[in-house]
Amino acid sequence: MVVLARRVGVSPAQLVLLVACLALAAYAAFFLLGDPALLRMLIWFAGAAVVHDLVLFPLYAAGDRALVAVLPGPRVNYLRVPALGAGLMLLMFWPGIVRQGEVTHLAATGLDQAPYLGRWLAASAVLFGASAVVFGVRVGLRRLRV
Amino acid sequence: MKFRSPLRGPWLTSVLGVVLLAALPLVIVTGLLDYVAYGPGQSIPGDVGLLHLPAFDWPTRPSWLFRLTQGLHVGLGLVLVPVVLAKLWSVIPRLFVWPPAKSIGHALERATLLMLVGGILFEIVTGLMNIQYDYAFGFSFYTAHYIGAWVFLAGFVTHAVLKLPVARRALRTRSLRAELRVPTSAPEPVDDELVATDPAPPTMSRRGALALVGGGALFVATITAGQTLGGPLRDLAVLLPRGRDDFPINRTAAAAAIEPAATGAAWRLALGARALTLADLLQLPQHTARLPIACVEGWSTVQDWTGVRLRDLAALAGVPTPASAFVESLDAGPFGRATLSAGQVLDPDALLALRVNGADLSPDHGYPARVVVPALPGVHCTKWVRSITFREA
Repeated sequence: MVVLARRVGVSPAQLVLLVACLALAAYAAFFLLGDPALLRMLIWFAGAAVVHDLVLFPLYAAGDRALVAVLPGPRVNYLRVPALGAGLMLLMFWPGIVRQGEVTHLAATGLDQAPYLGRWLAASAVLFGASAVVFGVRVGLRRLRV
Repeated sequence: MKFRSPLRGPWLTSVLGVVLLAALPLVIVTGLLDYVAYGPGQSIPGDVGLLHLPAFDWPTRPSWLFRLTQGLHVGLGLVLVPVVLAKLWSVIPRLFVWPPAKSIGHALERATLLMLVGGILFEIVTGLMNIQYDYAFGFSFYTAHYIGAWVFLAGFVTHAVLKLPVARRALRTRSLRAELRVPTSAPEPVDDELVATDPAPPTMSRRGALALVGGGALFVATITAGQTLGGPLRDLAVLLPRGRDDFPINRTAAAAAIEPAATGAAWRLALGARALTLADLLQLPQHTARLPIACVEGWSTVQDWTGVRLRDLAALAGVPTPASAFVESLDAGPFGRATLSAGQVLDPDALLALRVNGADLSPDHGYPARVVVPALPGVHCTKWVRSITFREA
């Protein structure tokens, strides 16, 4: 066991842990065998990680670099913070905002999804507006002090 | 790819990791409790072998129990989304380390990391879509979210055990209190692959970064907590289905294909061999209880329900101490029937409700009669009830 662990590059205890982890996952996946949607689940599982790492991260990192290029230094945060808030809302509440699942939403709640886009825009405007107010107050205070 | 943020480093990653290590178990346990709350034979997915908490009779007290567990599961899960995203941002340089695995053991660890990262994102995505009634993924939400949770749990425990010593070492390198008192953006020592060797000019202190993540969590709480806490906060849950006119529902009468004729004068409650009219039910002793309806989708609402105690109906049916009750709805859909345990039938506040807040139930709230039981998952508080079968012990 010790020899084996040395060869695989982790301690025996770590090797046991890793194997146990994979065994538990395999046991859990076993209950999906025969599920006609198994492949879809696997695609969404792996896809969630791939889309985050190779689409979402590069996208927001590039966006952030563009913001910093326009507004270097800490001042960028007056745009960065509200932009992150608006982006977070869009990401989390995407189905409502783009009206995905309209039929089930209506059947469940008796409401349509029409208001969400406007509410997201309004909430984002509030974030940018609040940030602008903070910026304005800080600039004003600095001028007063000078 | 070149990572240049001066903020990345083992200390920052460890702070975020410790927050998740403290909070995620609560999300996991409340989720697993939800599986128990559905009751024996009614949990979805049905066969999960050993992958469940020890079964126990879901209690009816405190009446807000399911409201609490499910509200925490969904609410805390939502609030942690910015923390998870920040944690992933903080370790992303590791993803692109070349070669991808230095040894077989390292390859195994990276496989468990896919379970961890794929797992948490899969749970977040399916959970978020479910609470917004979007089923574009085309598989059973219950099955996928439950089995996915166990795959994630395996990866989470493994990661926590492997990385806890690393995190403890990293956390000892600088004091959180000092970091919060004095804003600094000097990079952490370059003895870790997370730390940029050629950092970009700082635009934010580490204190600012922590405030940003914490503020993100607080912001999400502000725009979501109202769906279960109610009160003035409910109006702030602007991006979630928060109900209309009175209080939220999870299935309209139209969606359940409830014909007005079926709930009118011709409606009868089948109680064993008996068939009771609405007038018959209204002549039985009426009881009022203030109880929550709490939904698996994370919203809840507390209302004053009035109707006949289920235990009175059991006595009327000649089964005063039933082992269980089987409730059927006019709704032919998947949740048109539910089995209640003895404890759920005999609770003094367990009702076949005929009125809510002093008025008849509206069609969408289950007119003419619906089940309301303390701490029972909302989906089992059957609406448009057409029969109740009390089963002998």
